[in-house]
Amino acid sequence: MTTLSSKTAAPRSASGWRSAQAKRAMITVLGWSVALVIFFPIFWMILTGFKTETAAIADPTLIFSPTLESYQAVQARSGYTRFALNSVAVAFGSTFFALLIAIPCAYAMAFLPTKRTKGTLLWMLSTKMLPSVGVLVPIYLIFRDVGLLDTRTGLIIVYTLMNLPIVVWMLYTFFKDMPKDILEAGRMDGASTLQEVCFLLLPLTLPGIASTGLLSVILSWNEAFWSLNLTTSSAAPLTAYIASFSSPEGLFWAKLSAASTMAIAPILILGWMTQKQMVRGLTFGAVK
Amino acid sequence: MATLQLKNITKQFGDTEVIKGIDLEVNDREFVVFVGPSGCGKSTLMRMIAGLESATDGDILIDGQRINDVGPADRGLAMVFQSYALYPHMTVEGNMGFSMRLAGVPKEERRAKVLEAAKILQLEPLLDRKPKALSGGQRQRVAIGRAIVRNPSIFLFDEPLSNLDAALRVQMRIELARLHDELDATMIYVTHDQIEAMTMADKIVVLHDGVVEQVGSPMALYHHPRNRFVAGFIGSPKMNFLPVTLTGVTPEGVGIRLPGGGERSVPADGTHLDANATLELGVRPEHLVLDEQGPLSGEIKVLERLGGQTSLYVQMDDELITIMADGDVAYRVNDTVRFGFAPERAHLFDASGLALTSLQQHPLAGLTRHDNRAPGSPSEEPA
Repeated sequence: MTTLSSKTAAPRSASGWRSAQAKRAMITVLGWSVALVIFFPIFWMILTGFKTETAAIADPTLIFSPTLESYQAVQARSGYTRFALNSVAVAFGSTFFALLIAIPCAYAMAFLPTKRTKGTLLWMLSTKMLPSVGVLVPIYLIFRDVGLLDTRTGLIIVYTLMNLPIVVWMLYTFFKDMPKDILEAGRMDGASTLQEVCFLLLPLTLPGIASTGLLSVILSWNEAFWSLNLTTSSAAPLTAYIASFSSPEGLFWAKLSAASTMAIAPILILGWMTQKQMVRGLTFGAVK
Repeated sequence: MATLQLKNITKQFGDTEVIKGIDLEVNDREFVVFVGPSGCGKSTLMRMIAGLESATDGDILIDGQRINDVGPADRGLAMVFQSYALYPHMTVEGNMGFSMRLAGVPKEERRAKVLEAAKILQLEPLLDRKPKALSGGQRQRVAIGRAIVRNPSIFLFDEPLSNLDAALRVQMRIELARLHDELDATMIYVTHDQIEAMTMADKIVVLHDGVVEQVGSPMALYHHPRNRFVAGFIGSPKMNFLPVTLTGVTPEGVGIRLPGGGERSVPADGTHLDANATLELGVRPEHLVLDEQGPLSGEIKVLERLGGQTSLYVQMDDELITIMADGDVAYRVNDTVRFGFAPERAHLFDASGLALTSLQQHPLAGLTRHDNRAPGSPSEEPA
């Protein structure tokens, strides 16, 4: 017994260490490869934005003389600021309302579950699988009749409803992780349900709520289908702004790239600043 | 000043009845311990008293007032949770003052009350810390402090010591007993640890499968268990049980034949027994004595030396009998020992598990923890 274990133990430690090293190196290479594949189109888009139109359609090259020509042209053609403000208003507005509705909803599901809670949650998620085109016509007609076409309010309503299932789901998982005892202690201390939520639940699940909110902002910011179909000019967000550059006169790659870069810049910066929160929030349930 | 009455309390979760009609009376300033194995319903019962769980049926009365429909905060109770349930984002002071903050008590008054409670619990230097920066024992004290500032009529403790290590548990047990004397409040305490129950309680309520098996002082439960369950649950190590045969009933007691042939008469009331009734003898390990002339014998299987005492595990037919003997006994494993017991220390149980009433009341059976105090100690004096 003794000799056997000492024989196997000794080489295992040396070769085991080496194989662990190799494994780690492989994972690193794989991780970087995937990241580069994902990042490359964005990188190329930013690069193209600084080229002239002729350089943009010429053979791909990394060496060229950068110019702000496209950015100037894009700015001159249409007011970027107006679209950007619409995007900000719609993304943050819809997130605010989604959280406002989802917090009480997730509270009820997490702390006062019934037999049907799980089913309701699954049903809510299943609505995300419905193709949006399926409800485009009825929603378009309703919006036309009540005068919500091409309004920020209209877009905020649609985005709020669109993000609600995922926001409820995420909040539900965060709330479920909160120790029930703490809320009960609060109740013993005399907290009403509203006080329980405001003084205990929200402060303690703030990281989760923040990452849920961020995800909702990003989803709303990137949404193109509804914004293209329900807005024309006054409420059009940045997605509509980019689309306007693929005009009947043909594609202008450099200008399109410049416009796209400007459209994604705000959300890219926001994502960059909050990536720690985002990763923590999105992997919350997964790493337990 | 607070008394609590439970009248035929039941609780159902779906189709499962976890509390099956409990009647109980808790007197003013009493330290009552609910004890029982896990799943016996003791925590559920406490949560119903707290108002965190509603009773399916029956009445809960505090000072004679029915409070079934009163919210948890308005019952005038405070609860200490097993997990402490401190608010992690608040300081110790914030935790202890939270109930007053909700009630809109001005900051100065809040601080004064928190300081007062902190003084009792020696928490003053920790008031600005967050729970994360406290040790287990300190957290426990904060949880108790949070209860104290509410000035409740009844304190509820839900297994408050089970997250602490053994040494700290002993220390907190003493502190809690002292706190009870100091605050002179009614306290209800839930635990699965019979040592906590024995050491702290004025009155123990033994629960099993949602029913009360016995209510009484620790010494009453130890010396006069009502049935086999209580006999086995109270006392450590557990009571030994041996099947015996009934030989006859006399006014002095019940005659029995032991395994191995010896005969004894146990002073218990057996007048209701049939001639061929099945009986079980119960003797606590500390009441079995090693004796060369003893009527029982067996082979030592395991021997645990604790220094002051030695536990002998003796195989007797199918039973493994525990004997608590002197620390210096010279036996070894595989030795055969003879042992016996004083009949007045033995218990008899009938086929349904009920104990035969003892004909000799133990002199300490009526003693409560309060009776251990010398007359004229501070809390005995009128407030």
